[in-house]
Amino acid sequence: MNQTVGGVTITPELLMFGAIAGAAAICAVGVVAFNNAIRSALCLVINFFLLAVLYFTLNAEMLGITQVVVYTGAIMVLFLFVVMLLNLGGSKLLHEKPDPKKFVGILLGCGLFVILGAQILPQLTKVMPMPLSPELAKFGGPEAIGRTLFSEYVYPFEAVSVLLLIGIVGSILLAKRRL
Amino acid sequence: MNGVPLAAYIALGLFMFTTGVVGVIVRKSPIVIFMCIELMLNSVNLTFLAFARYQMAGFNKTPENIQHSMMAGQMMVIFVMAVAAAEVAVGLGIIMAIFRLRDNVDIDEMNLLRG
Repeated sequence: MNQTVGGVTITPELLMFGAIAGAAAICAVGVVAFNNAIRSALCLVINFFLLAVLYFTLNAEMLGITQVVVYTGAIMVLFLFVVMLLNLGGSKLLHEKPDPKKFVGILLGCGLFVILGAQILPQLTKVMPMPLSPELAKFGGPEAIGRTLFSEYVYPFEAVSVLLLIGIVGSILLAKRRL
Repeated sequence: MNGVPLAAYIALGLFMFTTGVVGVIVRKSPIVIFMCIELMLNSVNLTFLAFARYQMAGFNKTPENIQHSMMAGQMMVIFVMAVAAAEVAVGLGIIMAIFRLRDNVDIDEMNLLRG
């Protein structure tokens, strides 16, 4: 019933994944390729949404929701605010001349992709997800995340809270004209 | 999703990471460079979650081990998100400060720290 191409069975799930992943990849290219900062930001928002969908397919429901709230809600709004404040939208585009740096960068990226992909991907085409029992499927929900975060990972959690506090103070210090 | 091999997720993560690297090298606007850094962080998050969901062969598959490794991947993603939020707040503050000082945000003209 299912076709096999190059040792990989083509299942409906794989086609679905291909559609989502392809759209995410196109948006990732759009972030780099668009000259206008606002268009790049909107491409990034779509990309983050599609990644949240992929997190849901990986049984990480809590993190999918966190992705939408933190990235598309908070971080992208911050980006768009700065684009608006600096007025980088339409009128003040940095005109990017064709220079050798661009060519070298793209070549380097292709090289990185080919080298890493050739080393990593062939070993992983056979690895399929483990079957989830109903109680194991709960390990992506808020309850399991909260329980683990406040028991095993409580020291890193406290360290992160200090980091965020320093981040708040530092960004106010940087952005304020006079203290 | 049950019919998707691990390589598909890793390939998407690899592609997004490479796109981010190319963007950091190629682009001149510091805001777009920050967006590319976010792209790289997100591809790493996707890779963590994929490896948390797919257990490799040769892994001692007791229920405790499986639960522990699933939670470890998700915890790493939470910490990466927190670091990304702090980094974006401070980085955009720096860009604002530089813009106020120089009235220009071309990354190639920022060489104050050059020795």
